[in-house]
Amino acid sequence: MHQLVRSRVKVETRVNDFAIKLANVNGTGSASANSLLMQAIFRMGIPVSGKNLFPSNIQGLPTWYEIRVNKDGYTARALDYDLMVAMNSQTYARDIREVREHGYVLYDSTWPLDPSLSRDDVTFLGVPLAEMCNRNFKDPRERILMKNIAYAGSLVAVLDVDMDLIGQLLDEKFAGKKALHESNHRALRLGYEFARDHFDPLPFRLERMDANRDKILIDGNTATALGCVYAGATVAAWYPITPSTSVMDAFKSFCEKYRRDPETGKNNYVILQSEDELAAIGMVIGAGWNGARAFTSTSGPGISLMNELLGLAYYAEIPAVVMDIQRVGPSTGMPTRTQQGDLMECAYASHGDTKHILLFPANPAECFELAINSFDLAERFQTPVFMLSDLDIGMNDWVVPRLNWDESYRPDRGRLLEPEDLEKLEKFERYLNEDENYVTARTLPGMDPKGAFFTRGSGHNKFGGYTEMPDEYQEVLDRLARKHKAAAKFVPPPVIERRGDARLGIVTLGGCDPAVREALEILSRQGIDADYMRVRGFPFGESVEVFLNQHDLCFVVEQNRDAQLRSLLLLETGVAKEKLRSVLVYGGFPLSAKHVIDQVVNQLESVGRSLETQER
Amino acid sequence: MPSIVKPVAIHPSLQRNALGLTIRDYEGSMSTLCAGCGHDSVTAAIIRAFWELSTPPHMIGKMSGIGCSSKTPTYFVHGAHGFNSAHGRMAAIATGAIAANRDLIYVGISGDGDSLSIGLGHMCHAIRRNIKMLYVIENNGVYGLTKGQFSASADVGSKSKRGEPNRLAPIDPVTLGLSLGATFIARSFSGDKEQLVPILKAGISHRGLALVDVISPCVTFNDHKGSTKSYLHTRTHELKATETDFVPPAAEILATIGQNGATNVTMHDGSVVRFKGVPKDYDPTDREKVWAYLQEHQRKGEVVTGLLFLDETVPDLHELNETSDIPLSRLPLEKLCPGRSALEDLQEEFR
Repeated sequence: MHQLVRSRVKVETRVNDFAIKLANVNGTGSASANSLLMQAIFRMGIPVSGKNLFPSNIQGLPTWYEIRVNKDGYTARALDYDLMVAMNSQTYARDIREVREHGYVLYDSTWPLDPSLSRDDVTFLGVPLAEMCNRNFKDPRERILMKNIAYAGSLVAVLDVDMDLIGQLLDEKFAGKKALHESNHRALRLGYEFARDHFDPLPFRLERMDANRDKILIDGNTATALGCVYAGATVAAWYPITPSTSVMDAFKSFCEKYRRDPETGKNNYVILQSEDELAAIGMVIGAGWNGARAFTSTSGPGISLMNELLGLAYYAEIPAVVMDIQRVGPSTGMPTRTQQGDLMECAYASHGDTKHILLFPANPAECFELAINSFDLAERFQTPVFMLSDLDIGMNDWVVPRLNWDESYRPDRGRLLEPEDLEKLEKFERYLNEDENYVTARTLPGMDPKGAFFTRGSGHNKFGGYTEMPDEYQEVLDRLARKHKAAAKFVPPPVIERRGDARLGIVTLGGCDPAVREALEILSRQGIDADYMRVRGFPFGESVEVFLNQHDLCFVVEQNRDAQLRSLLLLETGVAKEKLRSVLVYGGFPLSAKHVIDQVVNQLESVGRSLETQER
Repeated sequence: MPSIVKPVAIHPSLQRNALGLTIRDYEGSMSTLCAGCGHDSVTAAIIRAFWELSTPPHMIGKMSGIGCSSKTPTYFVHGAHGFNSAHGRMAAIATGAIAANRDLIYVGISGDGDSLSIGLGHMCHAIRRNIKMLYVIENNGVYGLTKGQFSASADVGSKSKRGEPNRLAPIDPVTLGLSLGATFIARSFSGDKEQLVPILKAGISHRGLALVDVISPCVTFNDHKGSTKSYLHTRTHELKATETDFVPPAAEILATIGQNGATNVTMHDGSVVRFKGVPKDYDPTDREKVWAYLQEHQRKGEVVTGLLFLDETVPDLHELNETSDIPLSRLPLEKLCPGRSALEDLQEEFR
């Protein structure tokens, strides 16, 4: 039987400030119950995040979902769990160990809990979920599925989730599916009523707020796909790979919705599921050569395969956009875990001297915005552009500001000669007459006889002709280096936030943003003030170098083993090596403020005190 | 290897096509391949085919990978756009190019190394997608630029220049194409322009991917005694299975029934391929029969040539996709971007 509240330390009730973790078995239908809770909290107007920590498996392995609620908006991953919903007996021991002191464990009390798992400082809330569902549902599959909705019902009761809201969400979700609608409602009530009747209120709960009025709940891959649609991408080529697959799934569904021409009934897009990533990038390059906005979505292993042709696009100066949803490497690594491990690979992808443009979105809203930037930069600079998202940004739902669209947006096609431009030219030469950004004009096949030229990945001179002569070869290659450098002014500038005139800086990128911001706040309360810089593009602009030079010491926070952002900063700016120290978290789960604080504090102690706050 | 620009001098007596262009207008730079290379004959046939079809040069997209064969797009139709890409990747790059602009006429030039080894996967999938392109494999059984290694099309027992026999089973693009569902399959010989030109013209007019395997001997590394890809071997073992005429759209078809009967196949664009001579029981529109015929004759060591299989009923990539008739690369943003109010509406789903 369930155990009633056993130990209770008197603490004040915390409102809208707690973290819960749900331990489930993959493939049992827990995901929909968990996201239902997350969505309900979002609709209650409370800042919230949900992190799905799932295995590379279809059914049977452990999977976790973490929900963090924080009225002040700090919703990076928390490592202290106030409540564990322990639904997976395989991982009971570990899950119960993770609950914070005076925390709670909600479990299925149909079967007794092994006494060895008990903790005196934790309260166990037993709900006979299996028993309830077996009693109320006939179908074996339904009995398993409904256990999830039943525990969600218990959570609704103990956390004070708005019951009407949950009902409304179920109505929306199961509109037109009467049987499912009825059983979900029934399961929800079972769990709800049991908890209401058996448990005292918990020392943390939810209360309506109004923080989400102008917010949406969206994952980065959906936002990325939407950005591609809005930027006018027409050709997409890809090979299925976790965690990028949902980019193309979303692109396809948006295209079905928005890209079937109302006049002709024809499709204003092509999606090519290629034989491998070699082909995917080849198709993107072929389409880019022909003037379409084209992209691929992939992850690290795909980038490895694409390296060969990325060099072709760089050297022959063909626009291409690569959406890299990073996962844990090397090799197959951990496909369902997150990392920022592809920076160096993307920055210099391919053999020979190559350098690429990289963009680093921090959240789904930036995925939308930077996806559009990617296409503009690729065409302006006639080169591959990588947007480096990751599994955490791409596959988790984030609360972000509503996306806006400026109707005056026009694609930046770069230097593209139309027939009327060609008419004015005596002769068209592909790699001649560079502009102030070292970009030369291109033409599109079939547009005009005068614009015809021969594209090659082999050695070529500024006329596009084959060459094996050192000076002719170098002339083109040197222009490419200058062109890459010039792109620094066009990539999104870093986000910089200063606290007075701190001498300590914290530099980071991408999805580390919320955890680092929270860490900065907590460090400040401990007397350690640091300025913040989040880089958003490579090549680095002047402001990045200025920030590094303005600080005595900078911590570079990133999610990989080899300090790839720090390496890139050392290689591509004049900053002294000893000025940059690393905070590295690369185990595959999203970053938490605690990781940052612990490593910063430890290192500051070893560096010697006094750098942070004293004698300004 | 630098390309050498040919002087443009057009003799007034040269014949002009429907666009008023002479055959010289379809030439390219001077070839830098070895004297006597089979590929140069294929180049000449391609030049003739495009000239005879009166294709506007700037509407041609010349695609290639890497290798001796892949160099040849610089040697024909200098007024076309060309893309000499990376080893084995031509088919993939062409697929993307075709996806972006369906108005161009594409010719992909590849070799046996490019298509049957490093790019085999891409070729197979391009065939499956039935992209609208003339896909020419200049097949010589050998790697020339790296000096004489066997390629995947070398026959068992065929000897290298140093006398070493090949022991691995060959990959035959024709039978491979048949099994993959290719919709236009031909084999020809670089030394037989009369056969090759109509095949190329038919291939250019074909609804989807036209696979043309051309035995094109390598005079430097694979034209010796003991090689099964030499001029002599090909000449002495060639079996012409079909003879074809290509009749462009709107031209009068003067059918002369040959000894073995004639078959006309109307192409998707209205042109007609006329099979003048085909053996008894051979039906170039029946995949199984073609397969059986090839098996029977290739077993005997015969090199079966001609337009071997043709199916005009299969839709190409764009027909399958129901792609816009206007090339995707030409669609204005208004056709592509759903705009502000759609974005506002959509975001109600993300609440």
